[in-house]
Amino acid sequence: MEFDALMLSRIQFAFTVAFHIIFPAFTIGLASWLAALEFNWLRTGNPLYRNLFRFWVKVFAVSFGLGVVSGIVMSYQFGTNWSRYSEFTGNVLGPLIAYEVFTAFFLEAAFLGIMLFGWERVGDRLHFFATCMVALGTLLSAFWILSANSWMQTPAGYAIENGKAVPVDWFSIIFNPSFPYRYAHMVMGCYLTTAFAVAGMSAWMLLRHPHDAPEAKLAGSRRSMSMALWFATIFVPIQIVIGDLHGLGVLEYQPTKLAAIEGNWETQANMPLRLFAIPDEEAETNHYEIAIPKIGSWILTHAYDGVVPGLKDVPRDERPPVWPVFFSFRIMVAIGFAMLGIGLWSVYLRWKGTLFTNRTFLTATMIMTPSGFGAVLFGWFTAEIGRQPYVVYGLLRTADAVSPVSAGAVTASLATFVVVYAFVFGFGSYYLAKLLRRGPDPVEDIRGDDLGKKPKRPFSVPDEGLEGRPGHKPQPAE
Amino acid sequence: MFGFGTEYEGLAFWLPLVWAGLIAVAVAMYVIVDGFDLGVGILFKSAHNENWRDRMMFSVAPIWDGNETWLILGGGGLFAVFHIAYAVLMPALYVPIIMMLIALIFRGVAFEFRFKAERSKFLWDNAFFFGSLVATFSQGVVLGAFVQGFANDGRQFTGGTWDFLTPFSMLTGISLIFGYGLLGATWCVMKTTGELEIWARRMAIRFLVGTILAMALVSAWVPFLERQIEARWFSWPNIAFLAPIPLITAYTAYRLFRDLEEGRHYRPFFLAIGLFLLGYLGLGVSLFPYNVPPNLTVWHTANTVNSQLFALIGFGIAMPMTFAYTAYAYYVFRGKVAEEIQGGGYGYH
Repeated sequence: MEFDALMLSRIQFAFTVAFHIIFPAFTIGLASWLAALEFNWLRTGNPLYRNLFRFWVKVFAVSFGLGVVSGIVMSYQFGTNWSRYSEFTGNVLGPLIAYEVFTAFFLEAAFLGIMLFGWERVGDRLHFFATCMVALGTLLSAFWILSANSWMQTPAGYAIENGKAVPVDWFSIIFNPSFPYRYAHMVMGCYLTTAFAVAGMSAWMLLRHPHDAPEAKLAGSRRSMSMALWFATIFVPIQIVIGDLHGLGVLEYQPTKLAAIEGNWETQANMPLRLFAIPDEEAETNHYEIAIPKIGSWILTHAYDGVVPGLKDVPRDERPPVWPVFFSFRIMVAIGFAMLGIGLWSVYLRWKGTLFTNRTFLTATMIMTPSGFGAVLFGWFTAEIGRQPYVVYGLLRTADAVSPVSAGAVTASLATFVVVYAFVFGFGSYYLAKLLRRGPDPVEDIRGDDLGKKPKRPFSVPDEGLEGRPGHKPQPAE
Repeated sequence: MFGFGTEYEGLAFWLPLVWAGLIAVAVAMYVIVDGFDLGVGILFKSAHNENWRDRMMFSVAPIWDGNETWLILGGGGLFAVFHIAYAVLMPALYVPIIMMLIALIFRGVAFEFRFKAERSKFLWDNAFFFGSLVATFSQGVVLGAFVQGFANDGRQFTGGTWDFLTPFSMLTGISLIFGYGLLGATWCVMKTTGELEIWARRMAIRFLVGTILAMALVSAWVPFLERQIEARWFSWPNIAFLAPIPLITAYTAYRLFRDLEEGRHYRPFFLAIGLFLLGYLGLGVSLFPYNVPPNLTVWHTANTVNSQLFALIGFGIAMPMTFAYTAYAYYVFRGKVAEEIQGGGYGYH
């Protein structure tokens, strides 16, 4: 492996995009979650929901801010490090990115201010509208960026002129073959990420209090956890089905990626389902394979003797690195089934009436807090490494996409990003932990009408400094 | 237009012009709106106490995110319609752009983290100040490098990593600090009261003097960077049309100075914007129709007609709405920030 500008740019892009995706994956779900909480508050007038909104909006604000600043980096990095890619794809993907800015970023940003700071100024209804617009903005943003990514996986609606892709049919470009499945799979993945984060954080808050703590103290965390787990119970199975449909698309449009996912070297009918193996790219075979006969073919083609393409169908320089794809996919699937298990377990405990008191379950749910992030990341590793050596599948190799920048410049920028992101992420996690330690406000402390008088400043309340005792007022300097 | 782009016809001629205008507006929007909140950051360190800093930060907290979105529109817009310009400019400006991005990260998270912190608050005070300062300087450097021009083969950048680094680009970097500082100070005049407002007036005058000196220096330097620009300004009849630009600039600066002295609240901010727009206009006159100086025109770097048209439809539908709800967001947070940030309140009057 040579650490030239290409390799360094790849590492930098992988690092910055993996860091970035954590935050949208969380905030796409959180925005809708906040809209649901506020809707319930307006519908029922139960202050429990308002307190929950006020609590989770702080978590949202921290995550959203990190998502914005790490996202700006992405929108410039296409050019700074991948200018030949920009030249090749600009005619097609440029407008899609612009649509994301037009329709999503401005919408989110303008209404975010009102959602965070403006409740007192605009009243309940407009505030709820603002929350919904933020949620809509996150979904629109995902729409355009996933459309662009999907086009790079399954290009459609284009022609090649002067060595560049030019648009022919915008509908085919936007709704390219892998887009509908990818969008459904990713949005659902984001929702489940949020569901497990909310459930896990709530479980942690419940575990910190004894069973017999005042009801008012526990009600918020209980309601959050219960709502999140209902969502997970219903939608994890649906997500598994969407994932399966997405996989059928990969078989059709990106057979080499699929072969890497399956660790399948020879094109064959009756392909086994490989649960574990160590793929060996040199010898073009697997070691220590543990597999169930025929099931692989059945899952992919819905027939036991279905033919599944093998890696040896294409020359070595057309193949992606096999083991990262093979393992990333398995980790993602394993997390998905662990989520399914939590969902089923929660139904059983609800039936027994011990959902909030079974400490083994609460601990397991707490451990699952980052599970969605893991599934999203490993899913993307599968998708992005699996399409190598191409950046635009079949059209442009990653090696031909890089900018004419020096290895020294990229080394410096990569090192800076790593240090800065670690610093910022560290502090973000620290403040988030502080927020969680405090938890939602107890219900009994809230007067019926105080919301109008006490506007919420989710991340900027001077007298709610997180490092002090609750209610401790910092003294102004001088 | 003006004898340029004559080899292009119909939409292939007009669309790049329309888009050049729209992106120029987007960049101007960015420079104005993020200019003042970066400017608030530049003044941040010299504010006398915690309460001042709180109020300064509060004055921009609900809107800074929307302001920064114009930067994405600038970058995204170039990629969207002038993809060759994007492909040439970004690698050429690698160092200042990465510097700017990193600085914006620190500054952006400072908004979120500062009020969460007590013992670590100084960290985010510094992150906000240095982030704003470095981001502004980097943008000024980008501007200077842009005016200087870039080595290219018509498709890709062919120069070196440090080509951007010249005395001229350092000057524009420092100039922009004065300029954004002026915008930030006049914003504070408009949005704050009492001692803080009086202090902001004093700072505004200092930054105004700096801005005027910087504009004079840059203006004196620019025409001689390249013969084309010199010829454009000083040939007849251009000079007759263009002479008013420096004259109006001088008058605006004078009016701004008087307004600050006379205790006006709103007009200084808008005059400062006017000053920026005049400088921007002067730059536009110097560079048009090149969006990759010295040799690539808006027509050369543009996407296909189909691609530009599709982007234009989206722009035409979405951007009027964007202007409307952005204006509404500003309207919601109108007025001056309260002096006492009490009860966790946002504390607008």
